[in-house]
Amino acid sequence: MLAESLGLSAILFVIGVIGVLTRRNAIIIFLCVELMLNAVNLTFVALSRYYGMGGQVFVLFVMTVAAAEAAVGLAIIISIFRHKQTVDLRNINVMKG
Amino acid sequence: MAISGVHPLAATIAAWMWLLPVFPLLGFIINGALSMYSSAHIGPADPDMGHGGHDSADGEAHAASGHGDSHSVGKPRFASIVTIVGPGVIFLSFLLAAAMFFAMRGVDMTTPFVQKYWSWMPVGDLQIDFAFQLDQLSMLMVLIVTGVSTLIHIFSVGYMGEDEGFARFFSYLNLFVFFMLLLVLANNYALLYVGWEGVSLCSYLLVGFWFKDKVNADAGKKAFLVNRIGDVGLLIGMFLLFANLGSLDFTTLAASTGSLQVGGALVTTICLFFFFGCTGKSAQLPLYVWLPDAMAGPTPVSALIHAATMVTAGVYLVVRSSFLFSMAPVASITVAVVGAITALFSATIAIKQWDIKKVLAYSTVSQLGYMFIGVGVGAYSAGVFHLATHAFFKGLLFLGAGSVIYTMHAAYHHSGNHADAQDMRNMGGMRKAMPVTWVMMWIATLAISGVPPFAGFFSKDSILGAAFEHSHDSILSSATWLGMSGHTVLLGVYVFGLAGALLTAVYMTRLMLYTFHGPSRATEAEQHAMHEAPWTMTGPIVVLGVLSLAGGWLNLPSVASFLGPVGSLDKWLNPVVGSATLAITNGTAIEASHGVELTLIGIAVLIAIAGIVIAFVALKPAKLVTKDQSPGEHGFEKVLAEKYYVDEIYEAGLVHPAFVTAKNVLWRGLDVGIIDNLFVNGSAAVARGFAWIGAQIQNGSTGAYAWGIALGAIVLLSVFSFR
Repeated sequence: MLAESLGLSAILFVIGVIGVLTRRNAIIIFLCVELMLNAVNLTFVALSRYYGMGGQVFVLFVMTVAAAEAAVGLAIIISIFRHKQTVDLRNINVMKG
Repeated sequence: MAISGVHPLAATIAAWMWLLPVFPLLGFIINGALSMYSSAHIGPADPDMGHGGHDSADGEAHAASGHGDSHSVGKPRFASIVTIVGPGVIFLSFLLAAAMFFAMRGVDMTTPFVQKYWSWMPVGDLQIDFAFQLDQLSMLMVLIVTGVSTLIHIFSVGYMGEDEGFARFFSYLNLFVFFMLLLVLANNYALLYVGWEGVSLCSYLLVGFWFKDKVNADAGKKAFLVNRIGDVGLLIGMFLLFANLGSLDFTTLAASTGSLQVGGALVTTICLFFFFGCTGKSAQLPLYVWLPDAMAGPTPVSALIHAATMVTAGVYLVVRSSFLFSMAPVASITVAVVGAITALFSATIAIKQWDIKKVLAYSTVSQLGYMFIGVGVGAYSAGVFHLATHAFFKGLLFLGAGSVIYTMHAAYHHSGNHADAQDMRNMGGMRKAMPVTWVMMWIATLAISGVPPFAGFFSKDSILGAAFEHSHDSILSSATWLGMSGHTVLLGVYVFGLAGALLTAVYMTRLMLYTFHGPSRATEAEQHAMHEAPWTMTGPIVVLGVLSLAGGWLNLPSVASFLGPVGSLDKWLNPVVGSATLAITNGTAIEASHGVELTLIGIAVLIAIAGIVIAFVALKPAKLVTKDQSPGEHGFEKVLAEKYYVDEIYEAGLVHPAFVTAKNVLWRGLDVGIIDNLFVNGSAAVARGFAWIGAQIQNGSTGAYAWGIALGAIVLLSVFSFR
């Protein structure tokens, strides 16, 4: 079971990465980041079967952080939308010195 | 203050010898402060204020005439304080030196009296103390330096009395005496070198004293730079000495020469490097060129620094290092040969010079050559003897010339003439106006020409006699020098010396004839304005005249025993140079038979008188015309008048190539090309390139950042996975 679980989480993670890298809509990218987080959560849960409960405890922390991140991230995206009337990444290029 | 050992002098006034240089240093500080104060605060009370415009016009007139001896009108500020402090501190030093001299006569000392003040450079094996040593040689030098300095300082009070830089002049002069005393009192080469460089500095400051004329400033720079070339030689000699003997102080070195091989390559190299330093400081071939130019300074400076004291530092160095030179026959012969060639060479130049100070300058170079013949052939006390008598008569000649120039200037000032006040063609017949100077200058002329019983006769004769006698039965005569036997070379040196003596008599008589005899070539009004200089100037001249007359009694030759005690100076210096002199002569004191000695003296006197007679017969001062009407020189006379074109050759062969190299290779190639463009601008370009790459990465596009993070993660993971 472990191999399948890890394989699934790897596939999910790569889908998330590809999504982050290729999509231009900030919301989609945000969802893909969540996907990557959950892929990692799956790995934690799968491995906790062999290495103890620590992995599952960690998953709870990750979900908490992800919730906080979702709140902040969405707030940023809304703020950007209000500012630029778009959430297309091609138009977001102010992060430079 | 630690006094090493118990020395018979420790309980005498000699224990106060540290005061000798302190007095002049105090004078320097006081006069320097006054000079800086008066130049910083020009108030309504300043007498120079009203003459500002006049002074600058005066300066331009002198610039046009090519000479620096200028006199502005009006008393400088603080003149009375400076008049007392300037010569006063030197006189105090002289009194102390005289007291120490009498204390030294009272004790029997064979080792120098060393006083250590503090440890100066304690670095590993290099232990250099700030320490003075007093022995018979230092004592004599201190007496000459302080004595002649006192006289010349007094002379300067009159000569520089109306110069606005009066206080500055005396502060430099005091500083010079301080460094000169440091030089002769030092008990190691490092401290000697401090004095050696210090006197160069003062020479530079004083040659360029009237620095508003570019000629004078250039002459100062030339003097300084040429001296530096020689100083490198002295430094290398010191390094070699320390590297091989592990010490620099005279006492230790003199005791450790046993580890050196007589005539070995090492000691010869050290001595040759030392002598190269001497050629710079004491104006010998090939580095003599600065001394004639140094005459751009005020005349008292020429008398004190460039005739009586500083330029003799090289002779002092050789005598001080006699324990080394006596082990290096080849180096000693080189010293004598260079001295002989210089003596003759510069005497020929002096014969065709028209500037009264230039004649004396080349004469000084020539006389220094004689001193080097003396110390080169191992007659160290004879060299020092000539050093002493030369200080008297050449100091006198320069002061006399200064007096003449002063009078000429005063006359020209009176008539508004802008002619050259130093050119002998503009003088003539000055004996009527200045009888005292005239008589005293004749005494000095007879002394330098070698007419008995004047001072120069005895000293020059003892040098030439030693050159002749040491060409037999000495380590020099048995040595080979450039493939020639030392015997032949020393005889050649003797002949050169005689030829130089003949020319000396000719050019000095020529100077006297053209300056003081014949009809005056000044205008009627100017002749009326000419009169003897004030007593502050004639007084020192008279004192030096007496010394030039009687200086020979310092060291009478044995054939002149009917005149007084024989060889006093030889006996006085024996503890210092006696062993070195004996080493030169294979351990036996050479005592030539009276017959030989009388023959040598006879030849010398005949030659001196012949020179004077030739000058009287051949020269017609009555036919001389003033400088601006004189026809140009032709043939060999022109070559002599142009000083063998040595300055031009140096300019074309050394200065110009150095300048071109400096400009094209060092400046444009190295400085601009490599340092500026490659290093400075190059490193900036590299930094800018990296910055450009960084700027391209940080483009603000979030997508690109995401790619960066992903690729970075992959790279890190790969590195950690496949390690």
